[in-house]
Amino acid sequence: MQSTVNNNENWTPKIVAFFCNWCTYTASDLAGVSRLRYAPSTRVIRVMCSGRIDPEFVMEAFAKGADGILIGGCHPGDCHYAEGNYKCLRRFTLLQKYADQMGIDKERLRLEWISASEGKKLQEVVNDMTEQIRKLGPSKIKNVVETIER
Amino acid sequence: MGNEKPKLKLAVYWGAACGGCCVSVLDVHEKLFDVVANADIVFWPIALDFKYKDVEAMPDQHIDVTLFNGAVRTSENEHMAKLLRQKSKILIAYGSCAHMGGIPGLANFTNKEDLFKRVYDESESTENPDKVRPTPEVQVKEGKLTLPKFYNDVMTLNQVVDVDYYLPGCPPQTERLVEVFMAVVTGAQLPPKGSVIGVFDRVQCDDCKRKKSDKKNITRFKRAWEVTDDGETCLNEQGILCMGPATRGGCGVRCVEGNAPCRGCYGPMEGIPDPGAKMMSAIASMLEGKEQDEIDKAIESVVDPAGTFYRFSLPGSILRRKI
Repeated sequence: MQSTVNNNENWTPKIVAFFCNWCTYTASDLAGVSRLRYAPSTRVIRVMCSGRIDPEFVMEAFAKGADGILIGGCHPGDCHYAEGNYKCLRRFTLLQKYADQMGIDKERLRLEWISASEGKKLQEVVNDMTEQIRKLGPSKIKNVVETIER
Repeated sequence: MGNEKPKLKLAVYWGAACGGCCVSVLDVHEKLFDVVANADIVFWPIALDFKYKDVEAMPDQHIDVTLFNGAVRTSENEHMAKLLRQKSKILIAYGSCAHMGGIPGLANFTNKEDLFKRVYDESESTENPDKVRPTPEVQVKEGKLTLPKFYNDVMTLNQVVDVDYYLPGCPPQTERLVEVFMAVVTGAQLPPKGSVIGVFDRVQCDDCKRKKSDKKNITRFKRAWEVTDDGETCLNEQGILCMGPATRGGCGVRCVEGNAPCRGCYGPMEGIPDPGAKMMSAIASMLEGKEQDEIDKAIESVVDPAGTFYRFSLPGSILRRKI
Protein backbone atom coordinates (compact mmCIF):
# COMPACT_ATOMS: atom_id res chain seq x y z
CA MET A 1 0.00 0.00 0.00
CA GLN A 2 3.00 2.27 0.41
CA SER A 3 2.57 5.17 -1.96
CA THR A 4 5.63 6.70 -3.51
CA VAL A 5 3.97 9.84 -4.80
CA ASN A 6 4.94 12.92 -2.85
CA ASN A 7 2.28 15.35 -1.64
CA ASN A 8 -0.38 13.01 -2.87
CA GLU A 9 -3.77 14.41 -1.89
CA ASN A 10 -5.25 10.94 -1.76
CA TRP A 11 -2.44 9.42 0.24
CA THR A 12 -3.13 8.98 3.94
CA PRO A 13 -0.08 8.65 6.16
CA LYS A 14 0.14 5.78 8.59
CA ILE A 15 0.57 7.17 12.07
CA VAL A 16 1.17 4.79 14.93
CA ALA A 17 -0.32 6.40 18.02
CA PHE A 18 0.64 5.29 21.51
CA PHE A 19 -2.05 6.63 23.84
CA CYS A 20 -2.09 6.32 27.58
CA ASN A 21 -5.09 4.54 29.02
CA TRP A 22 -6.10 7.26 31.45
CA CYS A 23 -6.00 10.41 29.36
CA THR A 24 -5.37 10.37 25.64
CA TYR A 25 -7.00 7.02 24.92
CA THR A 26 -10.06 8.19 26.79
CA ALA A 27 -9.93 11.43 24.82
CA SER A 28 -10.03 9.45 21.60
CA ASP A 29 -13.08 7.62 22.95
CA LEU A 30 -14.63 10.96 23.71
CA ALA A 31 -13.85 12.21 20.22
CA GLY A 32 -15.60 9.11 18.91
CA VAL A 33 -18.78 9.39 20.95
CA SER A 34 -18.85 13.13 20.22
CA ARG A 35 -18.76 12.24 16.52
CA LEU A 36 -15.78 14.48 15.84
CA ARG A 37 -14.40 13.78 12.39
CA TYR A 38 -10.67 13.48 11.98
CA ALA A 39 -8.23 11.98 9.53
CA PRO A 40 -8.28 8.16 9.45
CA SER A 41 -4.51 8.04 9.73
CA THR A 42 -3.85 6.77 13.24
CA ARG A 43 -3.42 3.19 14.39
CA VAL A 44 -3.94 3.54 18.10
CA ILE A 45 -2.06 1.34 20.55
CA ARG A 46 -3.28 1.67 24.10
CA VAL A 47 -0.62 1.57 26.79
CA MET A 48 -1.28 1.90 30.50
CA CYS A 49 0.96 4.94 30.82
CA SER A 50 3.05 7.10 28.50
CA GLY A 51 5.92 6.13 30.80
CA ARG A 52 5.56 2.62 29.43
CA ILE A 53 6.58 3.68 25.93
CA ASP A 54 10.03 2.35 25.33
CA PRO A 55 12.09 4.08 22.61
CA GLU A 56 12.31 0.60 21.11
CA PHE A 57 8.56 0.71 20.29
CA VAL A 58 9.09 3.90 18.32
CA MET A 59 12.05 2.54 16.37
CA GLU A 60 10.26 -0.72 15.68
CA ALA A 61 7.23 1.14 14.36
CA PHE A 62 9.37 3.31 12.07
CA ALA A 63 11.29 0.25 10.88
CA LYS A 64 8.03 -1.51 10.01
CA GLY A 65 6.69 1.32 7.92
CA ALA A 66 5.05 3.96 10.12
CA ASP A 67 5.09 7.41 8.53
CA GLY A 68 4.78 9.08 11.90
CA ILE A 69 4.55 8.31 15.61
CA LEU A 70 2.24 10.17 17.93
CA ILE A 71 2.58 9.73 21.67
CA GLY A 72 -0.25 10.92 23.88
CA GLY A 73 -0.11 11.18 27.66
CA CYS A 74 -1.63 12.98 30.62
CA HIS A 75 -0.79 16.62 31.28
CA PRO A 76 2.16 17.21 33.64
CA GLY A 77 0.99 16.69 37.21
CA ASP A 78 -1.96 14.52 36.10
CA CYS A 79 -0.24 11.17 35.60
CA HIS A 80 -2.25 8.31 37.06
CA TYR A 81 1.03 6.82 38.25
CA ALA A 82 2.39 10.16 39.51
CA GLU A 83 5.54 10.45 37.36
CA GLY A 84 5.15 8.31 34.23
CA ASN A 85 4.59 11.23 31.90
CA TYR A 86 7.75 12.96 33.12
CA LYS A 87 9.69 9.84 32.26
CA CYS A 88 7.99 9.88 28.89
CA LEU A 89 8.98 13.50 28.34
CA ARG A 90 12.62 12.79 29.15
CA ARG A 91 12.68 9.74 26.92
CA PHE A 92 10.98 11.62 24.15
CA THR A 93 13.42 14.53 24.35
CA LEU A 94 16.35 12.14 24.15
CA LEU A 95 14.69 10.16 21.39
CA GLN A 96 14.14 13.35 19.38
CA LYS A 97 17.84 14.09 19.55
CA TYR A 98 18.67 10.56 18.45
CA ALA A 99 16.08 10.66 15.65
CA ASP A 100 17.62 13.90 14.41
CA GLN A 101 21.07 12.29 14.30
CA MET A 102 19.61 9.35 12.41
CA GLY A 103 18.14 11.63 9.77
CA ILE A 104 14.47 11.22 10.70
CA ASP A 105 12.34 14.32 10.05
CA LYS A 106 11.35 15.78 13.37
CA GLU A 107 7.72 16.22 12.30
CA ARG A 108 7.37 12.44 12.18
CA LEU A 109 7.71 12.14 15.94
CA ARG A 110 5.33 14.05 18.17
CA LEU A 111 4.35 14.12 21.84
CA GLU A 112 1.15 15.73 23.06
CA TRP A 113 -0.50 15.95 26.44
CA ILE A 114 -4.20 15.34 25.87
CA SER A 115 -6.49 14.88 28.86
CA ALA A 116 -9.57 12.68 28.95
CA SER A 117 -11.81 15.67 28.35
CA GLU A 118 -9.91 17.00 25.36
CA GLY A 119 -11.54 15.11 22.51
CA LYS A 120 -11.41 18.29 20.47
CA LYS A 121 -7.66 18.65 21.00
CA LEU A 122 -7.17 15.06 19.88
CA GLN A 123 -9.04 15.81 16.67
CA GLU A 124 -6.91 18.89 16.01
CA VAL A 125 -3.61 17.18 16.81
CA VAL A 126 -4.32 14.19 14.57
CA ASN A 127 -5.48 16.39 11.70
CA ASP A 128 -2.50 18.70 12.04
CA MET A 129 0.03 15.90 12.22
CA THR A 130 -1.56 14.10 9.27
CA GLU A 131 -1.30 17.27 7.20
CA GLN A 132 2.35 17.82 8.16
CA ILE A 133 3.30 14.27 7.27
CA ARG A 134 1.35 14.40 4.04
CA LYS A 135 3.55 17.33 3.06
CA LEU A 136 6.68 15.31 3.89
CA GLY A 137 5.47 12.29 1.95
CA PRO A 138 5.88 8.62 2.81
CA SER A 139 8.68 7.62 5.16
CA LYS A 140 11.78 6.03 3.63
CA ILE A 141 12.82 4.43 6.89
CA LYS A 142 11.37 0.96 6.26
CA ASN A 143 12.98 0.78 2.87
CA VAL A 144 16.39 1.88 4.17
CA VAL A 145 16.24 -0.55 7.09
CA GLU A 146 15.31 -3.47 4.86
CA THR A 147 17.61 -2.81 1.93
CA ILE A 148 21.28 -3.29 2.57
CA GLU A 149 23.31 -1.42 -0.04
CA ARG A 150 26.36 -3.23 -1.18
CA MET B 1 49.15 -43.17 18.82
CA GLY B 2 46.71 -44.56 16.30
CA ASN B 3 43.57 -44.41 18.44
CA GLU B 4 44.00 -40.82 19.57
CA LYS B 5 40.89 -38.71 19.33
CA PRO B 6 41.07 -36.66 16.14
CA LYS B 7 42.04 -33.09 16.89
CA LEU B 8 39.55 -30.29 16.45
CA LYS B 9 40.10 -28.07 13.46
CA LEU B 10 40.00 -24.42 14.37
CA ALA B 11 39.99 -21.33 12.14
CA VAL B 12 40.17 -17.66 13.03
CA TYR B 13 39.40 -15.00 10.47
CA TRP B 14 39.05 -11.22 10.45
CA GLY B 15 36.68 -9.09 8.46
CA ALA B 16 36.52 -5.34 9.02
CA ALA B 17 38.35 -5.45 12.32
CA CYS B 18 41.23 -3.81 14.15
CA GLY B 19 43.06 -7.05 14.93
CA GLY B 20 42.30 -6.86 18.63
CA CYS B 21 40.10 -9.95 18.53
CA CYS B 22 42.89 -12.03 17.01
CA VAL B 23 45.21 -10.73 19.70
CA SER B 24 42.66 -11.67 22.35
CA VAL B 25 42.95 -15.24 21.09
CA LEU B 26 46.70 -15.01 21.68
CA ASP B 27 45.93 -13.71 25.18
CA VAL B 28 45.15 -17.26 26.26
CA HIS B 29 48.91 -17.19 27.03
CA GLU B 30 50.21 -20.57 28.23
CA LYS B 31 46.74 -22.05 27.73
CA LEU B 32 47.59 -21.87 24.06
CA PHE B 33 49.41 -25.17 24.67
CA ASP B 34 46.11 -26.72 25.83
CA VAL B 35 44.46 -25.31 22.74
CA VAL B 36 47.14 -26.66 20.42
CA ALA B 37 47.05 -30.02 22.24
CA ASN B 38 43.38 -30.30 21.42
CA ALA B 39 43.09 -28.47 18.14
CA ASP B 40 44.84 -27.89 14.88
CA ILE B 41 44.66 -24.34 13.68
CA VAL B 42 43.91 -24.65 9.99
CA PHE B 43 43.49 -20.99 9.07
CA TRP B 44 44.48 -17.81 10.89
CA PRO B 45 45.78 -14.98 8.69
CA ILE B 46 47.23 -12.87 11.52
CA ALA B 47 49.41 -15.68 12.84
CA LEU B 48 49.88 -18.42 10.27
CA ASP B 49 50.64 -18.53 6.59
CA PHE B 50 47.60 -20.14 5.02
CA LYS B 51 46.08 -18.86 1.82
CA TYR B 52 42.47 -18.41 0.81
CA LYS B 53 42.96 -21.16 -1.75
CA ASP B 54 43.83 -23.58 1.09
CA VAL B 55 40.43 -22.89 2.57
CA GLU B 56 38.75 -23.22 -0.82
CA ALA B 57 40.39 -26.65 -1.23
CA MET B 58 38.89 -27.96 2.03
CA PRO B 59 35.83 -30.19 1.87
CA ASP B 60 32.60 -28.66 3.19
CA GLN B 61 32.25 -28.66 7.00
CA HIS B 62 35.92 -29.53 7.29
CA ILE B 63 36.57 -26.94 10.03
CA ASP B 64 35.00 -27.68 13.41
CA VAL B 65 34.94 -24.16 14.79
CA THR B 66 35.53 -20.83 13.05
CA LEU B 67 35.88 -17.63 15.03
CA PHE B 68 34.93 -14.85 12.63
CA ASN B 69 35.78 -11.44 13.98
CA GLY B 70 35.12 -8.10 12.35
CA ALA B 71 32.17 -6.63 10.53
CA VAL B 72 31.39 -7.15 6.85
CA ARG B 73 32.46 -4.08 4.95
CA THR B 74 33.86 -5.25 1.61
CA SER B 75 33.14 -7.93 -0.96
CA GLU B 76 36.20 -9.79 0.33
CA ASN B 77 34.76 -9.90 3.85
CA GLU B 78 31.49 -11.20 2.44
CA HIS B 79 33.18 -13.79 0.25
CA MET B 80 35.21 -15.12 3.16
CA ALA B 81 32.20 -15.15 5.47
CA LYS B 82 30.30 -17.28 2.96
CA LEU B 83 33.27 -19.51 2.29
CA LEU B 84 33.97 -20.10 5.97
CA ARG B 85 30.29 -20.74 6.62
CA GLN B 86 30.38 -23.47 4.00
CA LYS B 87 33.57 -25.01 5.36
CA SER B 88 32.69 -24.86 9.07
CA LYS B 89 30.51 -26.93 11.35
CA ILE B 90 30.24 -24.14 13.92
CA LEU B 91 30.58 -20.49 12.93
CA ILE B 92 30.99 -18.10 15.83
CA ALA B 93 30.61 -14.34 15.44
CA TYR B 94 33.54 -13.40 17.63
CA GLY B 95 33.71 -9.93 19.11
CA SER B 96 31.49 -6.86 18.95
CA CYS B 97 32.06 -6.15 15.24
CA ALA B 98 30.88 -9.55 14.03
CA HIS B 99 28.12 -9.55 16.65
CA MET B 100 26.53 -6.12 16.10
CA GLY B 101 28.81 -4.14 13.82
CA GLY B 102 31.23 -2.70 16.35
CA ILE B 103 33.34 0.39 15.80
CA PRO B 104 33.57 -0.05 11.98
CA GLY B 105 29.77 -0.08 12.06
CA LEU B 106 29.77 3.60 13.06
CA ALA B 107 30.41 4.23 9.37
CA ASN B 108 26.68 3.60 8.95
CA PHE B 109 26.24 7.18 10.16
CA THR B 110 27.56 8.18 6.75
CA ASN B 111 27.82 6.53 3.35
CA LYS B 112 30.45 5.37 0.91
CA GLU B 113 30.43 8.57 -1.18
CA ASP B 114 30.92 10.87 1.81
CA LEU B 115 33.63 8.63 3.24
CA PHE B 116 35.53 8.55 -0.04
CA LYS B 117 35.13 12.30 -0.47
CA ARG B 118 36.60 12.91 2.97
CA VAL B 119 39.43 10.41 2.66
CA TYR B 120 40.46 10.87 -0.98
CA ASP B 121 39.58 14.52 -1.62
CA GLU B 122 39.23 16.64 1.47
CA SER B 123 41.46 15.37 4.24
CA GLU B 124 44.22 17.80 5.18
CA SER B 125 47.01 15.37 4.38
CA THR B 126 45.65 14.33 0.97
CA GLU B 127 46.89 15.68 -2.31
CA ASN B 128 44.86 14.16 -5.09
CA PRO B 129 44.42 16.65 -7.96
CA ASP B 130 43.22 13.95 -10.38
CA LYS B 131 40.55 12.85 -7.90
CA VAL B 132 41.67 9.25 -8.09
CA ARG B 133 39.42 6.89 -6.17
CA PRO B 134 39.95 3.22 -5.49
CA THR B 135 37.95 1.09 -7.91
CA PRO B 136 37.40 -2.67 -7.90
CA GLU B 137 39.28 -3.02 -11.19
CA VAL B 138 42.00 -1.07 -12.93
CA GLN B 139 43.83 -1.84 -16.15
CA VAL B 140 47.60 -1.28 -16.10
CA LYS B 141 50.04 -2.28 -18.81
CA GLU B 142 51.04 -5.41 -16.90
CA GLY B 143 47.43 -6.53 -16.69
CA LYS B 144 44.30 -6.07 -14.64
CA LEU B 145 44.52 -5.19 -10.94
CA THR B 146 41.59 -5.84 -8.66
CA LEU B 147 40.50 -4.69 -5.22
CA PRO B 148 37.55 -5.87 -3.14
CA LYS B 149 34.44 -3.74 -3.54
CA PHE B 150 33.86 -1.29 -0.72
CA TYR B 151 30.21 -1.50 0.36
CA ASN B 152 27.97 1.42 1.20
CA ASP B 153 26.66 -0.27 4.36
CA VAL B 154 28.56 -2.04 7.10
CA MET B 155 26.93 -5.34 8.00
CA THR B 156 27.01 -7.67 10.96
CA LEU B 157 28.03 -11.25 10.26
CA ASN B 158 24.47 -12.56 10.59
CA GLN B 159 23.26 -10.12 7.96
CA VAL B 160 25.40 -12.07 5.50
CA VAL B 161 25.47 -15.69 6.66
CA ASP B 162 23.83 -18.00 9.14
CA VAL B 163 25.63 -17.71 12.48
CA ASP B 164 25.67 -20.44 15.14
CA TYR B 165 26.85 -18.50 18.17
CA TYR B 166 27.78 -14.98 19.18
CA LEU B 167 30.65 -14.24 21.50
CA PRO B 168 30.61 -10.49 22.12
CA GLY B 169 33.17 -8.11 23.53
CA CYS B 170 35.72 -5.63 22.29
CA PRO B 171 37.62 -7.85 22.45
CA PRO B 172 35.92 -10.82 24.13
CA GLN B 173 37.30 -11.63 27.53
CA THR B 174 39.85 -14.39 26.96
CA GLU B 175 38.61 -16.49 29.91
CA ARG B 176 35.20 -16.67 28.21
CA LEU B 177 36.81 -17.89 25.01
CA VAL B 178 38.71 -20.61 26.88
CA GLU B 179 35.47 -21.73 28.59
CA VAL B 180 33.71 -21.94 25.25
CA PHE B 181 36.63 -23.72 23.64
CA MET B 182 36.87 -26.26 26.44
CA ALA B 183 33.12 -26.90 26.18
CA VAL B 184 33.56 -27.74 22.50
CA VAL B 185 36.63 -29.91 23.18
CA THR B 186 35.01 -31.91 25.98
CA GLY B 187 31.88 -32.37 23.91
CA ALA B 188 29.71 -30.69 26.55
CA GLN B 189 26.10 -29.95 25.69
CA LEU B 190 26.24 -26.83 23.53
CA PRO B 191 23.61 -24.11 23.93
CA PRO B 192 20.85 -23.80 21.31
CA LYS B 193 21.89 -22.34 17.98
CA GLY B 194 21.78 -18.57 17.84
CA SER B 195 22.74 -18.14 21.50
CA VAL B 196 25.04 -15.46 22.76
CA ILE B 197 27.75 -17.38 24.58
CA GLY B 198 30.56 -16.43 26.91
CA VAL B 199 28.30 -13.95 28.71
CA PHE B 200 26.34 -13.77 31.93
CA ASP B 201 22.57 -13.53 32.28
CA ARG B 202 22.80 -10.27 34.14
CA VAL B 203 23.71 -6.69 33.36
CA GLN B 204 27.03 -5.07 34.13
CA CYS B 205 25.57 -3.24 37.14
CA ASP B 206 24.90 -6.57 38.87
CA ASP B 207 28.63 -7.29 38.94
CA CYS B 208 29.75 -3.72 39.51
CA LYS B 209 31.02 -3.08 43.02
CA ARG B 210 30.33 0.64 43.07
CA LYS B 211 27.66 1.97 45.44
CA LYS B 212 24.30 2.58 43.81
CA SER B 213 21.22 4.29 45.17
CA ASP B 214 17.63 3.87 44.03
CA LYS B 215 17.18 7.47 43.05
CA LYS B 216 19.89 8.64 40.72
CA ASN B 217 18.70 12.26 40.40
CA ILE B 218 21.12 13.23 37.68
CA THR B 219 20.73 16.84 36.60
CA ARG B 220 23.24 16.73 33.79
CA PHE B 221 25.97 14.52 32.40
CA LYS B 222 29.55 15.66 32.52
CA ARG B 223 32.71 15.03 30.58
CA ALA B 224 35.17 12.84 32.43
CA TRP B 225 37.56 15.72 33.13
CA GLU B 226 34.86 17.68 34.93
CA VAL B 227 34.47 15.06 37.64
CA THR B 228 36.81 13.95 40.38
CA ASP B 229 35.81 10.34 40.73
CA ASP B 230 35.44 9.25 44.37
CA GLY B 231 36.24 5.70 43.30
CA GLU B 232 33.19 4.14 44.92
CA THR B 233 29.93 5.77 43.76
CA CYS B 234 28.11 4.64 40.61
CA LEU B 235 29.60 6.53 37.67
CA ASN B 236 26.18 7.48 36.32
CA GLU B 237 25.29 8.98 39.70
CA GLN B 238 28.44 11.06 39.49
CA GLY B 239 27.32 12.26 36.08
CA ILE B 240 29.63 10.16 33.94
CA LEU B 241 27.60 8.36 31.30
CA CYS B 242 28.12 4.63 31.78
CA MET B 243 26.47 2.04 29.54
CA GLY B 244 26.36 -0.53 32.33
CA PRO B 245 22.56 -0.51 32.80
CA ALA B 246 21.95 -1.61 29.19
CA THR B 247 24.95 -3.90 28.74
CA ARG B 248 25.27 -7.59 29.32
CA GLY B 249 27.82 -8.84 31.82
CA GLY B 250 30.65 -11.14 30.89
CA CYS B 251 33.77 -9.03 30.89
CA GLY B 252 33.99 -8.71 34.67
CA VAL B 253 33.18 -4.97 34.58
CA ARG B 254 36.73 -4.34 33.53
CA CYS B 255 36.30 -0.76 32.39
CA VAL B 256 34.56 0.36 35.57
CA GLU B 257 37.11 -1.55 37.66
CA GLY B 258 39.65 0.61 35.86
CA ASN B 259 37.57 3.70 36.72
CA ALA B 260 36.34 4.23 33.18
CA PRO B 261 32.68 4.05 32.21
CA CYS B 262 31.30 0.99 30.43
CA ARG B 263 30.95 1.60 26.70
CA GLY B 264 28.62 -1.27 25.96
CA CYS B 265 30.77 -3.64 23.91
CA TYR B 266 29.09 -6.75 25.33
CA GLY B 267 25.82 -5.76 23.72
CA PRO B 268 22.28 -6.01 25.04
CA MET B 269 20.66 -8.54 27.33
CA GLU B 270 18.92 -11.64 25.98
CA GLY B 271 15.83 -10.77 23.96
CA ILE B 272 16.65 -7.07 23.61
CA PRO B 273 16.95 -6.10 19.96
CA ASP B 274 18.28 -2.62 20.51
CA PRO B 275 20.74 -1.70 23.27
CA GLY B 276 20.57 2.02 22.57
CA ALA B 277 16.81 2.15 23.04
CA LYS B 278 17.17 0.51 26.43
CA MET B 279 19.92 2.92 27.42
CA MET B 280 17.78 5.90 26.42
CA SER B 281 15.00 4.47 28.51
CA ALA B 282 17.30 3.95 31.48
CA ILE B 283 18.81 7.42 31.26
CA ALA B 284 15.42 9.07 31.17
CA SER B 285 14.54 7.27 34.39
CA MET B 286 17.77 8.37 36.04
CA LEU B 287 17.36 12.06 35.28
CA GLU B 288 15.53 14.40 37.55
CA GLY B 289 13.76 17.48 36.30
CA LYS B 290 10.16 17.78 35.25
CA GLU B 291 10.10 21.04 33.37
CA GLN B 292 10.90 21.04 29.70
CA ASP B 293 13.81 23.48 30.10
CA GLU B 294 15.41 21.40 32.88
CA ILE B 295 15.01 18.30 30.76
CA ASP B 296 16.39 20.05 27.69
CA LYS B 297 19.45 21.07 29.66
CA ALA B 298 19.98 17.52 30.90
CA ILE B 299 19.54 16.00 27.44
CA GLU B 300 21.82 18.63 25.92
CA SER B 301 24.57 17.24 28.15
CA VAL B 302 24.23 13.88 26.41
CA VAL B 303 26.45 15.13 23.65
CA ASP B 304 26.11 12.38 21.05
CA PRO B 305 23.31 9.96 21.93
CA ALA B 306 23.43 7.92 18.73
CA GLY B 307 27.20 7.54 18.78
CA THR B 308 27.35 6.85 22.50
CA PHE B 309 24.51 4.36 22.80
CA TYR B 310 25.29 2.56 19.55
CA ARG B 311 29.06 2.72 19.76
CA PHE B 312 29.31 -1.03 19.14
CA SER B 313 25.92 -1.85 17.70
CA LEU B 314 24.71 0.50 14.98
CA PRO B 315 24.43 -2.03 12.08
CA GLY B 316 22.81 -4.54 14.42
CA SER B 317 20.30 -2.04 15.85
CA ILE B 318 16.69 -1.67 14.73
CA LEU B 319 17.30 1.29 12.43
CA ARG B 320 20.66 -0.12 11.25
CA ARG B 321 21.99 3.06 9.63
CA LYS B 322 21.41 6.75 9.16
CA ILE B 323 18.32 7.22 7.02
